[in-house]
Amino acid sequence: MSLILTLYWAFFQVGLFAFGGGLAALPLIRDQVVETYHWLDMATFTDLVTIAEMTPGPIALNAATFVGTRVAGLPGSIVATIGCITPSLIIVLILARVYSAWKDKVAFQGVLGGLRPAAVALIASAGVSIAVLALFGEGERIAPDSVDWIALSCFAIALLVLRKWKLGPITVMLATGVVGTAIKLILEAV
Amino acid sequence: MKHHQPGLLTLFLSVFKISAFTFGGGYVIVPLMRKRFSEELGWIEQDEMLDMIAIGQSAPGPIAVNTSILLGYRLMGIRGALVSVLGTAIPPLVVLTLISLIYEAFISNKIVATFMAAMRAGVAAVIADVVWTMAGNIAKKKKPAPIALMAAAFVAVYFFKAPIVLVLLACGLLGFLVSGVASRKEAAR
Repeated sequence: MSLILTLYWAFFQVGLFAFGGGLAALPLIRDQVVETYHWLDMATFTDLVTIAEMTPGPIALNAATFVGTRVAGLPGSIVATIGCITPSLIIVLILARVYSAWKDKVAFQGVLGGLRPAAVALIASAGVSIAVLALFGEGERIAPDSVDWIALSCFAIALLVLRKWKLGPITVMLATGVVGTAIKLILEAV
Repeated sequence: MKHHQPGLLTLFLSVFKISAFTFGGGYVIVPLMRKRFSEELGWIEQDEMLDMIAIGQSAPGPIAVNTSILLGYRLMGIRGALVSVLGTAIPPLVVLTLISLIYEAFISNKIVATFMAAMRAGVAAVIADVVWTMAGNIAKKKKPAPIALMAAAFVAVYFFKAPIVLVLLACGLLGFLVSGVASRKEAAR
């Protein structure tokens, strides 16, 4: 029982202090899981980061579920996830009420007017990082001769399909993965 | 498709599907929520959706979770918020519980690695598409301040690796000050 409570409390703190989303949560998770409670060693934590980024869904929840399962099985994964979500539920529901009450106030609109462009910029920044990784590979320098031409073609076609035919984004992402994998495997086989 | 009444089941299935199939975390998930709920379903105005995304990023906790709570609450109150957060949390719970059992085989599998690398091009295209639309919506209003703020925030985060909390604080504060100056000008007239 106490293990379950500790797990809940550890991820409650992660949810409470992670500003900037899942990637900001990872160092906090390391503090709790590796340094404070020694549930994982550093090598497993590194694997955890890889897995949380490789699997679909919010990165912080992926990490919470992984740690929870390893510490206390299925109940652990559920408790860690709920712990991670609890602060959001409290804080965001308060913000939602503030938003509907103050939506028309000039000062609040001013703050939102500053946050909106920042929100788009953060998404754009994450997008550019992913694009660089996709087109130039891990640790490669950004230069014309290190471009992955298959990835670049896939990117261009995917973008064209999204803009022109309004195909669903999930379909496009998965299709790019399948097509890209097929091309690479075929090229390796011949 | 547009202007259907918001329903709990559609809300649940929409966030569930996005959470279950979107790779890359909150910054990819949240724009897809905008696409689904604003463009496809027409349940929320573009501007209000962008407000929710901005609040979801500024609050602590996973961005996708925060935005799904705001979205659910706005559409159907507390019930909506709970349904929406469940839909977001269940897929990672199932997928990661299974993967954590066989994770060594998963990480070292060559096909999985190739697939993940190949899919990044698609993820990048999806973000390029949504950023195109979202930045276009901000630029369309032809106000210089938001456009400059968007460019400055991008440069600060991408090139100078500025802490996200600081960037959001600075942008919120600037927005507040600009609105104060603007309303004082109004009053002086």
